Amino acid sequence: MALSAFASAAAIRAAIARRETSAEEVCRAALDRIARADDALHAFLHVDADRALARARALDAERGDGALYGVPVALKDNISTRDVPTTAGSRILDGYRPVYNATVVDRLEQAGAIVIGKTVCDEFAMGSSTEHCAYGPARNPWNPARAPGGSSGGSAVAVASGMTPLALGSDTGGSIRQPAAFCGIVGLKPTYGRVSRYGLLAFASSLDQIGPLSGSVADAALALAAIEGPDPRDATCAAAPPTRFGGARDRGLRGVRIGVPRHLLDTGVDADVASAFEAAVRTLTDLGAAVEPIELPHSRFAVPVYYLVATAEASANLARYDGVRYGLRVPAETLAEMFTGTRSAGFGPEVKRRIMLGTYALSAGYYDAYYRKAQQVRTLIRQDFDEALASVDAIALPTSPTPAFGLGERVDDPLAMYVADVFTVAAPLAGLPALSVPAGFTRDTLPVGLQVIGRAWDEAGILGIGHAFEQATDWRTRRPPQRADLASA
Amino acid sequence: MLASDVMATKLERDDVLRVAELAHLSLTDAEVETFARQLAAILDWVNQIQEADTAGVPPTSHIAATEAAWRDDAETPSIDRARALDGAPDPAREAGLFRVPTVR
Repeated sequence: MALSAFASAAAIRAAIARRETSAEEVCRAALDRIARADDALHAFLHVDADRALARARALDAERGDGALYGVPVALKDNISTRDVPTTAGSRILDGYRPVYNATVVDRLEQAGAIVIGKTVCDEFAMGSSTEHCAYGPARNPWNPARAPGGSSGGSAVAVASGMTPLALGSDTGGSIRQPAAFCGIVGLKPTYGRVSRYGLLAFASSLDQIGPLSGSVADAALALAAIEGPDPRDATCAAAPPTRFGGARDRGLRGVRIGVPRHLLDTGVDADVASAFEAAVRTLTDLGAAVEPIELPHSRFAVPVYYLVATAEASANLARYDGVRYGLRVPAETLAEMFTGTRSAGFGPEVKRRIMLGTYALSAGYYDAYYRKAQQVRTLIRQDFDEALASVDAIALPTSPTPAFGLGERVDDPLAMYVADVFTVAAPLAGLPALSVPAGFTRDTLPVGLQVIGRAWDEAGILGIGHAFEQATDWRTRRPPQRADLASA
Repeated sequence: MLASDVMATKLERDDVLRVAELAHLSLTDAEVETFARQLAAILDWVNQIQEADTAGVPPTSHIAATEAAWRDDAETPSIDRARALDGAPDPAREAGLFRVPTVR
């Protein structure tokens, strides 16, 4: 039996378990869809069909029962895969094949998943559109002239167009949630420390988290359960109790308190996004949630704080790309010239800009005014969330102030690109989990996302809210015009 | 440093070159011009954080949602030396080392 291109991960696993289909058949179908549609959408940087099919046949022979048994998964290209190219969208890692797997890759495979390929992302996850990928951007399946969002844009496109049911991305300032919103799918950034970062090519170590992109909240919960939990290889990965996603609640959202920081919505929000958000809030109310206004007074500083903290950490993390151990080397007479020549040729303009900004913010004479000050304001932002989340269970916001913008529209104006992160950067600054779920469309049929931010370690709470919202609406069942199962070869 | 000292940022060519040198980047003349303009605009914009009253506020350098995970300081197998050299631009295989140009 052939499953739909948009079959859920849970349905695929169940059909394989019932022997209605095989892991190999599922894998072949996914590879066919990628082959048909990826010239137009460019979700993938690397697809290893032979490896995926060999793995699928091995799973069919073994007949195991992992939670993702036989489910094809796409991985953002900043997640290390043993012997499989991993570039993070950068020329400086052209040809690099890691000698080890990220912990999340081992865990996906332990659950029976099949890694099908590596997806397009902004270079080292720095960007909101995939236009900073050195190998070209991905395209939004709702309108190929628009950006899919970023930095995990390729992962979002793979899921939204029906190439794979599930993908992993990484989120530092919104890089899972914003592309999920732009492409009309679900994206979850877990609590800082929920998922091991071992093998994730580091951008900003106090912010980075790996998380799932999927067609439904239930699939996001399934993927999180497979990858979460402590890891001796990442000391910041905490021994928190596992997420217990209960699925549908009998009582809807009765008894759930949801805060809306109205003061953040006053300016810069697209009219169609604003009306979709207000409709989403009404749906939450209809489901029984008590929606009330809250104040996050320091969140107006969140974007500048984020761009100081993240770039400072990036300038240190990216010092390792020096042409010595892996990736590109530009030969030179001396070691210092080799470092400089390699980095100047290997990094793209956005990565150079952020390294420069971070280096400046950390340099003598500016450290206190920029970096230390930003860290102090980060404390105030966290305290605001602690206070708000003492009286409400979760916070609702639009995921992005605008729908998907045109490719090329913002690429030459870094500041315009940065300020659009206004609703996504605060959750990682505070270390909190945040979910984006489909919440309607603009008049131009571009998807809009509803973001739900929860208390630390309360992924189950925000997944429960997202699931109830999803069941009460039909947004996630809409399919984009660029569907991988309808594309011609 | 007072907040007023860093307002209305003007980045000179030498400032950009100094930061580039710290970051081991060599920039073209066009890049120097672009970065001077863009970084000055970004710095002016981030300066709004000076409005926040942070007297006595401790900095957040890391989100320690729980105490850091402890493990035994035990030797475990790591990446094989020959495998680690597989991706090297210039491996010295016999010596088991990464070869680099002269340090001067």
